[in-house]
Amino acid sequence: MIKREWIHAWLLLAPALLLLFAFTHLPAVQTVFDSFWSTPRGRRPAVFVGLDNYQRMLADPIFIKAMVNNAIYALITIPASIALALSMALFVSGKIRGRGTLRMAYFTPTVLPLIAVANIWLFFYLPGFGLFDQIRGLFGFGPINWVGQPTTALYAITAVTIWNQAGFFMIFFLAALQTIPESLREAAALEGASRWTIFWRITWPLIMPTTLFVSVNATINAFRMVDHVFIMTQGGPNNASILLLYYIYDQGFRFWDTAYAATLTVVMVAILCVVGIGQFFLLDRRVHYR
Amino acid sequence: MSGIHVSELSKRWGDVHAVHDVSFEVEPGTLTVLLGPSGCGKSTTLRLIAGLDDVSSGTIQIGGRDVTNAPPAEHGVAMVFQSYALFPHLSVRENIIFGLKVRRVDAAERDRRLKRASELLNLSELLDRRPNQLSGGQQQRVALGRAIVAEAPVCLMDEPLSNLDAKLRADMRVEIRALQQRLGLTMVYVTHDQVEAMTMADTIVVMNQGRIEQIASPRELYTRPATTFCARFIGTPPMNLIPSEHVHGHEELPPGSAIGVRAEDLHLDSAGVPATVESVEYLGADELITARIGAAKVVVRQPARADTPSGTVGLAWSPGVAHVFGPDGKRLEEAQGI
Ligand SMILES: Nc1ncnc2c1ncn2[C@@H]1O[C@H](COP(=O)(O)OP(=O)(O)O)[C@@H](O)[C@H]1O
Ligand SMILES: [Mg+2]
Repeated sequence: MIKREWIHAWLLLAPALLLLFAFTHLPAVQTVFDSFWSTPRGRRPAVFVGLDNYQRMLADPIFIKAMVNNAIYALITIPASIALALSMALFVSGKIRGRGTLRMAYFTPTVLPLIAVANIWLFFYLPGFGLFDQIRGLFGFGPINWVGQPTTALYAITAVTIWNQAGFFMIFFLAALQTIPESLREAAALEGASRWTIFWRITWPLIMPTTLFVSVNATINAFRMVDHVFIMTQGGPNNASILLLYYIYDQGFRFWDTAYAATLTVVMVAILCVVGIGQFFLLDRRVHYR
Repeated sequence: MSGIHVSELSKRWGDVHAVHDVSFEVEPGTLTVLLGPSGCGKSTTLRLIAGLDDVSSGTIQIGGRDVTNAPPAEHGVAMVFQSYALFPHLSVRENIIFGLKVRRVDAAERDRRLKRASELLNLSELLDRRPNQLSGGQQQRVALGRAIVAEAPVCLMDEPLSNLDAKLRADMRVEIRALQQRLGLTMVYVTHDQVEAMTMADTIVVMNQGRIEQIASPRELYTRPATTFCARFIGTPPMNLIPSEHVHGHEELPPGSAIGVRAEDLHLDSAGVPATVESVEYLGADELITARIGAAKVVVRQPARADTPSGTVGLAWSPGVAHVFGPDGKRLEEAQGI
């Protein structure tokens, strides 16, 4: 009897398992595997090259540039998105007029596809005529080619990412803020706590689980959100705004160097794993789960 | 010592008149209970005194100082919330001294107050726990502890016992009252439970639909209710209201008047007002006899040893125990001594 049940169980699980293995686990393992082999070209089949791809990577100045850029991109977008999202959430969770409209307005950037957002922002950044240069013009400053010059290209992209994801994160913070009973803030206010104190001593610790969740998402996004790079800079000028995932795309699908792309992918997944796990352990000790 | 002086206080939420022209006084060192059914404006009144909501009109003085528009911290009150409002991420110790830290009371003084409060409330063993590791009664004590260490002259409590079981509620009732008297606190205590009000209060303020019905001591409230609302809200079973046209000697009262007699003041007497027995409820020592006089329902309490009546009986009461209420529900003073 028990055996029959097991057979049934496996039969029922089989389709899902098959799909999971075929489309998730197998490609992942295949990627790691590929990174130790050379790229097959023409009639030349792939040969085992050991760590050659990794050595090439470490000596690749564009890879180093992409890593540095991605680090800067992450270090700015993560805290800035969280801070912006939390400020917006705090603002619209209060008793203010037109609260619903404001929440909508803050959330709108998130529902737009990043490609569309990039096009809108390209317009903002347009040298001479764009929104930013119009404003600068009012104060008598000259035009700047925001996305076209190496010193600002990366930051131009960074700003778009923050603008795009902050509204999404705000929703999580808004939900978290609403789970905190009003009486906690009232009790603290009666004790003479300022709004500042109430925020840091009560609100902030209580929304810590949400902050953790959001920061993990922001980290993943920092390696994943590159759509706008395609539209705005293509990683240029002179690789000034190249990010890791964009570089992987370049290697894999423009130069068809699949083995090298696999190697880069392994590195990216490894980084994401380390960061994600690290964040959980680091913050877990300071998080209070109710 | 600081008393509270509330005068012509009103609070509107849009169209809802939550508190309507409420005035009362709390003497220093006494316990005043705000009593009334759910939704009558007790919590709102308390929150106005604490400064947590803005008043629509009227004034509030605490310790002789007008605090009507002052922020909550300047009202000089401690408050125990119905939900306790303990900070879930802080230990019991941190919860209790939260306010002292905010006010930058020095560490030695903080420890002294914490020690005193935790001994007073048997919390010493629990100081390192989180609120979610405490029972309801223990959480209640922590909330009390937080109110005590503030050493505010005025303490406000909003239905602090409503989340506890009956046994614990009876214990805490006594404990809070003892604490209030020992520390000489001026306390305003909100409840919908008449037993809590009767056992704890120096003064009871009975509220109904945002207005005050009566301000009196528990004894006076029971023996001389000012309105039919108070008469029926205080006491179990509620006071019987017999339409005056059924009672001899009251024909001169305006129509709609009522004679109020408590169940324990009624007895069966064939010479009394005729009534039809409907049911008898046995309570052990006593029994409650439900009868009808015309359309009005009347409950009589009598010792269970007496014969259980049935059919038509007469109901009588001794002179001096009846209360007379006019058609507007207000007590008619001149009719005393019937
Ligand atoms: N924040 C609020 N907004 C609108 N109406 C409220 C608010 N708080 C209380 N009320 C209304 O005021 C009335 C009195 O409420 P409350 O003081 O909480 O009653 P109680 O504590 O006596 O049960 C109720 O009708 C309630 O619906
Ligand atoms: Mg209430």
